[in-house]
Amino acid sequence: MSSTAVHTEHDPTLQHHFATREQQFDASKIGMWLFLATEILLFGGLFVGYGLMQSKYPEAWVAAHHHLQRSLGAANTIVLLVSSFTMVLGVWAASQNKRKMLIVCLILTLLCAGIFLGVKYFEYAHKYHDGLLPGMFFDTKAHPEPAHQNIFFSFYFMMTGLHGLHILGGMGAITWVLIGAIKGRFHSNYYTPVDLVGLYWHLVDLIWIYLFPLLYLIQ
Amino acid sequence: MSLASATHHDASVNYLNEDKGIWSWMTTIDHKRIGIMYLVSVLIAFLLGGVFAMLIRLALLNPKHTVFGTVIMSAETYNKVFTLHGAIMVFLFIIPSIPAALGNFVLPLMLGAKDVAFPRLNLFSYYLYVTGAIMALAAIVGGGIDTGWTFYTPYSTSTQGAVGMMTMAVFVLGFSSIFTGVNFIATVHKLRAPGMGWFNMPLFVWGMYATAVIQVLATPVLSITLVLLLLERVMKIGIFDAAIGGDPVLFQHFFWFYSHPAVYIMILPGMACISEIIPTFCRKTIFGYRSIAFSSVAIALIGFLVWGHHMFVSGQSQLATVLFSFLTFLVAIPSGIKVFNWLATMWRGNISLETPMVYALNFLLLFAIGGLTGIFLGALSTDVHLTDTYFVVAHFHYVMMGGTVIAFLGAIHYWWPKMTGRMYNETWGRIGAVLVFIGFNTTFMTQFLMGSRGMPRRYYNYLDQFQQLHAFSTYGSWILGLGLVINAVGLIVSLFNGIKAGPNPWGGTTLEWQTQSPPIKHNFHDQPVLDRLPYDYRRPIETELEVK
Repeated sequence: MSSTAVHTEHDPTLQHHFATREQQFDASKIGMWLFLATEILLFGGLFVGYGLMQSKYPEAWVAAHHHLQRSLGAANTIVLLVSSFTMVLGVWAASQNKRKMLIVCLILTLLCAGIFLGVKYFEYAHKYHDGLLPGMFFDTKAHPEPAHQNIFFSFYFMMTGLHGLHILGGMGAITWVLIGAIKGRFHSNYYTPVDLVGLYWHLVDLIWIYLFPLLYLIQ
Repeated sequence: MSLASATHHDASVNYLNEDKGIWSWMTTIDHKRIGIMYLVSVLIAFLLGGVFAMLIRLALLNPKHTVFGTVIMSAETYNKVFTLHGAIMVFLFIIPSIPAALGNFVLPLMLGAKDVAFPRLNLFSYYLYVTGAIMALAAIVGGGIDTGWTFYTPYSTSTQGAVGMMTMAVFVLGFSSIFTGVNFIATVHKLRAPGMGWFNMPLFVWGMYATAVIQVLATPVLSITLVLLLLERVMKIGIFDAAIGGDPVLFQHFFWFYSHPAVYIMILPGMACISEIIPTFCRKTIFGYRSIAFSSVAIALIGFLVWGHHMFVSGQSQLATVLFSFLTFLVAIPSGIKVFNWLATMWRGNISLETPMVYALNFLLLFAIGGLTGIFLGALSTDVHLTDTYFVVAHFHYVMMGGTVIAFLGAIHYWWPKMTGRMYNETWGRIGAVLVFIGFNTTFMTQFLMGSRGMPRRYYNYLDQFQQLHAFSTYGSWILGLGLVINAVGLIVSLFNGIKAGPNPWGGTTLEWQTQSPPIKHNFHDQPVLDRLPYDYRRPIETELEVK
């Protein structure tokens, strides 16, 4: 913290309890990283449960995962990777005062998120049609052997579902930043919201990078 | 600090009266007001949980559960009452008590900051707390729960009642706790006054920091566990229910992965308060500053690795059990370091026994007993004998109530003049503190005896041989209750006729004592600059306003 930095009077983007913009930016960034840590731990519980159940019922896991379409999962992985790239470009554009580029990048990111959810919708619809649903809704008559495939689908829907909710939340946040960008709220001295939403979006992407092999690529 | 510019400020304006009206409180982002709102809320929760506790003790007064020939409660009601006592005390009272109420008020002042890093998040966390509390009340009204506060499966996935509502209440409360933790960590990192490095922060701040780390890293695991429990109840996802292929022991692992660190979320803030009270009332620099600071961090870290000691008889592997037992013993080291440092601080100090100091002495004795009996329970052979007996109940009450709640009560008295600008009545404060000490020991020392003789916890019925000790414990709860009521009345009365407190009634050395009581909205008129170590009594303490 530098006490010598010039205190800007009447700066609407500087909250009263911070002395400098740098201090405010650093604090926001710490807050965001901590929030991301809680997100990882939230998913962590599901990952541990998944791993334990997989070691308990390996045959059911292999059999159940054949119902997932690898090509769609792989396509979605690429879509999200591209969206992370456009997000990074957006953050860079904001830091360089390139407002138009920022707007384009945010729209592209939103588009990718939309494609991801669209693909996910077709996957879910397919599972619903085949009775491959979580827990007590699983159609055991259609898929009797091996037992406990329903638990795999419990995890499949919980993990992709929670991830999907995070995508939706991310889309909301990106839209909010997009509106701010259109209104010209961000400039090279103040683009904290763009930066933080970018961090969040990378985490959502990263979680999918783990979910994809875990769910789709079982040997 | 410069005194020159301070003289012309109007000392009657403060955070309590600068903005007026209920709406100014509901929408405030001032950490002090949010702290006060938290304080009122957690004290209401304490009262509710306390009433349940008194009812439990009353029902156990004799084996027929009668008072003057009337049965106090049925076995089913008893199960619900002890569950609610535990759930309310843990999730609505102790966890937010010191951090969210006192920490919110004091931490930014101690750092010389104007507010916490994220004031709006702070208010949001308060409203999450209120939402969680309302959901918990809805669960009580809508059928109650009888699972115990631990929500163990398979019982919790099969029993009737409002388990779903209660677990979602705890889910919401968890996020309230996470946001407080996030706020405190960012505040400590970025909003320290010029001149304040990590090793001249007050030890209260170190304690809050260690607590916040646990809040942020442990609570999300509880959140997802409760979601899984709810889904297991409503759609049989097959993770915890053994009948459909799940693993109930996994629930215990998940639950204690949060709930053991949560024990340190509860006790570290208590220790943090004691580290402030003892040097102030001994007029002496704290002994072993760095070792107290690091032991807080050590407790937080080791605390993540001991959850298995709740499961010694749950069918863990032998190897895991031995490792967890060893790690449990390790926690005793930083805890012991703290206790000895506090004692060394008192040695040759100029001790004055105001109410906060009386409570600090209570804490030292009670926490020592609670901590040492924890060693009994961490030892495998004795734990097998003592598991699920009153010995466990007595142990964690000595730590949670004898440790945290006692420290909380001491800290309320300590910071009361700062929060309200009024002095409480010292005589009644001391009488209350002594009665709490006597009542507490009468209530719970007897439970150590019962537990070691085999009285199982959570049982409605008991053998006649335990009658005397149970009755003794119930009488103790009345003394304890009386002490608490005396303290409560003393504090409330002081709001109306207490003498006005100066900025620094105790002669404290930390920054919160250098501004007026109650502080102004932005805490300090001028940005304080730290030019001394905390707890340095060799130089006189200057205050921003020399109000006498």
